[in-house]
Amino acid sequence: MSNAPVDTGRRRFLTAATAVVGGVGAVAVAVPFIKSWNPSAKAKAAGAPVEVNISKVEPGQLIRVEWRGKPVWVVRRTKEILTNLATLDSQLRDPASAEEQQPAYAKNAVRSINPEYFIAVGLCTHLGCSPTYLPDTFSEQVEGVPSGFYCPCHGSKFDLAGRVFKGVPAPLNLVVPPHQYIDAGNVIIGVDQGAA
Amino acid sequence: MIKNLVDWIDARIPMTATYNRHVGQYATPKNFNFWYFFGSLAMLVLVNQFLTGIWLTMNYVPTAEGAFASIEYIMRDVEYGWLLRYMHSTGASAFFVVIYLHMFRGLIYGSYQKPRELLWLFGMLIFLVLMAEAFMGYLLPWGQMSYWGAQVIISLFGAIPFIGDDLTLWIRGDFVVSGATLNRFFALHVIALPLVLVVLVFLHLIALHEVGSNNPDGIEIKKNKDENGWPIDGIPFHPYYTVKDIFGTACFLIIFCYVLFFMPEGGGYFLEGPNFEAANSMKTPEHIAPVWYFTPFYAILRAIPDKLFGVMGMGLAIAVLFVLPWLDRCKVKSVRYRSLTHKLNLAQFAVSFVILGYLGAVPATPELTIAARVFTLTYFGFFFFLWLYSKNEKTKPVPERLTH
Repeated sequence: MSNAPVDTGRRRFLTAATAVVGGVGAVAVAVPFIKSWNPSAKAKAAGAPVEVNISKVEPGQLIRVEWRGKPVWVVRRTKEILTNLATLDSQLRDPASAEEQQPAYAKNAVRSINPEYFIAVGLCTHLGCSPTYLPDTFSEQVEGVPSGFYCPCHGSKFDLAGRVFKGVPAPLNLVVPPHQYIDAGNVIIGVDQGAA
Repeated sequence: MIKNLVDWIDARIPMTATYNRHVGQYATPKNFNFWYFFGSLAMLVLVNQFLTGIWLTMNYVPTAEGAFASIEYIMRDVEYGWLLRYMHSTGASAFFVVIYLHMFRGLIYGSYQKPRELLWLFGMLIFLVLMAEAFMGYLLPWGQMSYWGAQVIISLFGAIPFIGDDLTLWIRGDFVVSGATLNRFFALHVIALPLVLVVLVFLHLIALHEVGSNNPDGIEIKKNKDENGWPIDGIPFHPYYTVKDIFGTACFLIIFCYVLFFMPEGGGYFLEGPNFEAANSMKTPEHIAPVWYFTPFYAILRAIPDKLFGVMGMGLAIAVLFVLPWLDRCKVKSVRYRSLTHKLNLAQFAVSFVILGYLGAVPATPELTIAARVFTLTYFGFFFFLWLYSKNEKTKPVPERLTH
């Protein structure tokens, strides 16, 4: 043992350097633990995009597709329905779709790429119940609107563009999922328009 | 013979010294009343949850396919399985009853004040972990309310700007609540959180025994010591309070066993009706309400018409309790010697909490929503007014010695 005085500056530097390197190591080790909580390959595969043939949907008809465990609706809208949608603005909470409930390419008056087909996740934005499609009797809920969606749980109402009416518990319009037209009769749900 | 064994052990670990420090010669104020039962009762319930919980894992299947059926298997086919399960589910509610009373005791006698701030913080952390533990445990039976309750609560994190959606995805491990979520909640519920809980309870006790117990008069018994250094108003924890706590335990067990054997579902508040139906991701129950011990905070969430602010309000309702020792600037601890203002403020806080609890359990109507807003304000008002008046509060003279 030498009796040389302790070089405290050097000692402090070594302590700090060890702490920093050890800290970086601890952070690096945390990565696998945190990442392992992400959806597994199996869950992702089960949540893969689904292709739907929409060419056989009748005017006014609704079909259900399961995507990521959620019901997704495809509704074929008639001319009359589309004309009616344009008259509802004053009764709706968010008629112009200002809230981010749809991809940019569906942020338009009828909330779809192709006005004829409306595609939305069939879960109420209130507490996640699945609303009922009322093709003919919706005027009992909202006067002068022949068709729409009515949630049996807490009475939220949506028009045929999934826009929520005022005075109901649901705060937001129905979610339009990412989707893409392959051709006129086929849609992929889960992939954005324009994405590869 | 016994003495030799004790000496042999004491030479190797401080067994007798530890016993004396924490039990045999731990000086406790002589004026504890019934409010002081709830700490030891919380320990009793903790032990109950550990024992019954370990036994339940022996037959429970933590998968989306098997969970619901395995609970029914425990209830019908496992010998005394029904009892173990009801002890666990009733114990969960009993835990919160006891903890809420224990916390209220701290409020009325100022047990969070200097020098017990850290003791209070450890207690609050225990409360936080306990809520996480209860929430995750409630998913495990995989009933409708388990499923949709978890769906709603996890969705709350979705209100956080920018990272919300990714965060909920990360918590669930899937695009909806699924078997992946169930598995990780099981792991956290039976291993991770209980470990954290034990460490926190240990720290809570160590902190308590370092500063000494507060008492209904809110004065420090350590200020008056006899020539041997023993507080004049102190009595050893054993046998005085061990005997008293045994009496408390007996009273508690009478009530606990009544619920356990005659109303294990607690009128639909301890085990909710929809939870006797297996989880179904395509169908939501008519009315979603959390278990009763979360309803005060749920009422605050629903009272605020904005999703993000609602979540923040709910979080703040719990967070504000953490800083209570610094909000209360009064030097007098016990409500006995504090101002009428403080007594009224405490009373309105207790009433607000109970009413919020009721409002969170029933379906919201426009009138009830307004009521929930009023009581959300009075809940937070307690803390705000406490901070305002406590600095220059007109208090009564505090006695030198314990009174009764």
